[in-house]
Amino acid sequence: MIKSLKLRFILILVFLVVSIVYCLPNVVELGGVWKKYLPSDKIHLGLDLKGGMHLLLELDTSKLMDNIIDRRMNSLKDAMISDGVRFLGIDRKGSTIIVSIRPDQKEKLFNVVGNKFSDLKAGASKPEGDLLSIELLVPENQLASIKDNAVNQALETIRNRIDQFGVSEPVIVKQGENQILVQLPGVKDPQRALELIGKTAQLEFKLVDEEATARGESGAIPADDEVLKIRSKNRETGVETTAPIVLKRQALLTGELLTDARISMGGRDIGSEISVGLEFNSEGARIFDKVTAENVGKRLAIVLDNTVYSAPQIRERISGGKASITGGFTMDEAKDLAIVLRAGALPAPVRVVQNITIGPTLGQDSINKGVLATLLASIFVIIFMVIYYRYSGIIANVALALNLIYLLGIFSAFKATMTLPGIAGIALTIGMGVDSNVLIFERIREELRLGKTVRAAVDGGYAKAWVAIFDSHITTLITAAVLFIFGTGPIKGFAITLIFGMIINLFTAVFGSKTIFDWILAKYKPRTLSI
Amino acid sequence: MMELIKDTKIDFIALRKKAFIVSAILVLVGGFAFVMISLGKANLSIDFTGGTNVQVRFAEKLSIGDLRRALTDGGIEDVQIQEVSGTSDFFIKTKLSDTEKESLASKITTILSTQLKGAKFEVLGSNMVGPGVGRDLKKYAIIAVVLALLGIIIYIAWRFTFVSGIAATIATFHDVLVIAGVFYFLNKEFNLLVITALLTIAGYSLQDTVVVFDRIRENTGKMKSRDDFGNVINVSINEVLSRTIVTGISTAISLGAIMIFGGEVLFDFAFALFLGLIIGTYSSIFVASPIVYAWRQKFR
Repeated sequence: MIKSLKLRFILILVFLVVSIVYCLPNVVELGGVWKKYLPSDKIHLGLDLKGGMHLLLELDTSKLMDNIIDRRMNSLKDAMISDGVRFLGIDRKGSTIIVSIRPDQKEKLFNVVGNKFSDLKAGASKPEGDLLSIELLVPENQLASIKDNAVNQALETIRNRIDQFGVSEPVIVKQGENQILVQLPGVKDPQRALELIGKTAQLEFKLVDEEATARGESGAIPADDEVLKIRSKNRETGVETTAPIVLKRQALLTGELLTDARISMGGRDIGSEISVGLEFNSEGARIFDKVTAENVGKRLAIVLDNTVYSAPQIRERISGGKASITGGFTMDEAKDLAIVLRAGALPAPVRVVQNITIGPTLGQDSINKGVLATLLASIFVIIFMVIYYRYSGIIANVALALNLIYLLGIFSAFKATMTLPGIAGIALTIGMGVDSNVLIFERIREELRLGKTVRAAVDGGYAKAWVAIFDSHITTLITAAVLFIFGTGPIKGFAITLIFGMIINLFTAVFGSKTIFDWILAKYKPRTLSI
Repeated sequence: MMELIKDTKIDFIALRKKAFIVSAILVLVGGFAFVMISLGKANLSIDFTGGTNVQVRFAEKLSIGDLRRALTDGGIEDVQIQEVSGTSDFFIKTKLSDTEKESLASKITTILSTQLKGAKFEVLGSNMVGPGVGRDLKKYAIIAVVLALLGIIIYIAWRFTFVSGIAATIATFHDVLVIAGVFYFLNKEFNLLVITALLTIAGYSLQDTVVVFDRIRENTGKMKSRDDFGNVINVSINEVLSRTIVTGISTAISLGAIMIFGGEVLFDFAFALFLGLIIGTYSSIFVASPIVYAWRQKFR
């Protein structure tokens, strides 16, 4: 230990001043010059204290794989047609695409695959009668990287949406293989936020199959058609109804080619329908132009996440790449829809696997109760120590006070997150923290009983107690570290409190209290010790 | 000088057989509870089972029966409702989780406002856990406990002896099992905070054990007489007894404050720690040290 008393006091004081400076923003609002040079961050409160929303989302990767393989299959089909490969069937089984062709077309097929589909690998080819059925598959490692990319893309999309929605200090991180953790502190309307984040927002334009729709539900549906629900909303009552509609399965245009989506109020009349105006990029505009030109008179359905919002008739060719979605939206719904369309679609649907929502009342309640409990714990422990150890108890209490101030300072400086269990951890640190001083004081008492001088008893007590203090701190640190690694949110807060509390305690309860003892012994040279 | 106890000369080693019997019974009961918990036949929180927990505060008093009827009429059956004593707050717990269409919390809100017309209430918070998450969590909880214990054995074996490490670990297991048993039989809910409390108890109990072991190590060197190891242990425990009691009291004071003033969420957490404080102190004296003694008797 440092010999010079002065140096030791300076060290303690420096830490104290730094801690207080870091703690200040929690107590007073700093202004002017102070604000510029001093730290201004308050202790970061966890969601359980601040209120807000904690979401764990899981990307449906099997659906994603389906989509990807489907898309590969469709483009392979197109490529075979345009390159004149004659095939008799194309199908998929899991992640394998199976093409059946005549043996003489095999080479042509492999040429197409080789030139245009570098990520497809040829698997087994089995003869079936006088046909060949050839398996094509996406290699395992390729699938893994597709999955990985998809999760990252989903994360970016969600981040975009949240940024545009406007939440301060959101946390959006990848967790595990295909999960995304989203934390929205202080969010006002959790239900709306959830809808905004969770929406896949897959926008597609598909043609309506009028004949099949007219046949109704009993009618047979052609293989390349699908039945979806068309939504209509009564604008007066807000009641939603749905009806079946048959569409061509192939999407003519998707949301990927959008450059912008904005809320628009339709006409100038008051009460006119709110819609979301879409703007396509040049490729999208070209496709839209072509599609509308070829299908004048037919209905084009606007499909969002497999629900048809509207299916207006194409009256004339539309150039310029602009369209709009209507559907009896409220202002907020239209606003959110514009956000998700601008931010882009999620590569696959997400599922909410965990949703913790904490209202602001509950958070404030917890803070009040936690702080009250901690204050009372401190007061009771302080009284107890003075009763039991007299003046030495006061020294232990000074060490305890230092421990608390340093702890809050470190919390502010490291921007660690305080949670409700974290507050309990502080209360616990107080109770367990005096243990070091109890160990030391009991040792000093033993030394005094052996008839040693005050000076020798104090030195001996500290020296002998040190080993036990150190060992017991390490074992607690091991458990706290495990809690920190494996714990989630609130539990992590508890572990951090415990870790910081224990480390600081080594300094304050041993170094700090010894310094005070040494100073008193040097200054007053007492013959007896109040312990 | 104020002393709660003075110069005790209790023969702890002589009491070891009785203590072993008591502990064996406690551990059996705890082990039974542990099996039931692992099988999911205990009051597990939705963190582990999946489901939804909604905390609602009513402006005026409402009986549990009325609340339950309102929920059943609204189509949510199989709910557990817990009243927070002294308030008009309720925890509504169900195994159901969110559907793709709407969150269960908002469904419950809708049901309550249609079924209990005129009743003013506020949803304080909600917690929904999907069915898959619990399985991961159980896995992580088990890994965490195993890792913590492993780290501790290694550390204690390194600082003391291998036998000490084993003895400390047995004592720690003993404490965790006993608390789990008490919670099981009181039908308290096992949630993440209680698991955290169990690990913290492990830490606290070890702190106690380490202090005793440290004194035994010191006295073994001093007393040198190898044949009277029991005496060394007795002297050591008696010497640290006053520290054990004083620290126990100061920790109990803090925990008492959390239990009384810290609110519903922290009560069970502090209660588990409080039990752990008692059982941890007991085990470092009556389990950990006697095991080391018994080992030495047998193999030396």
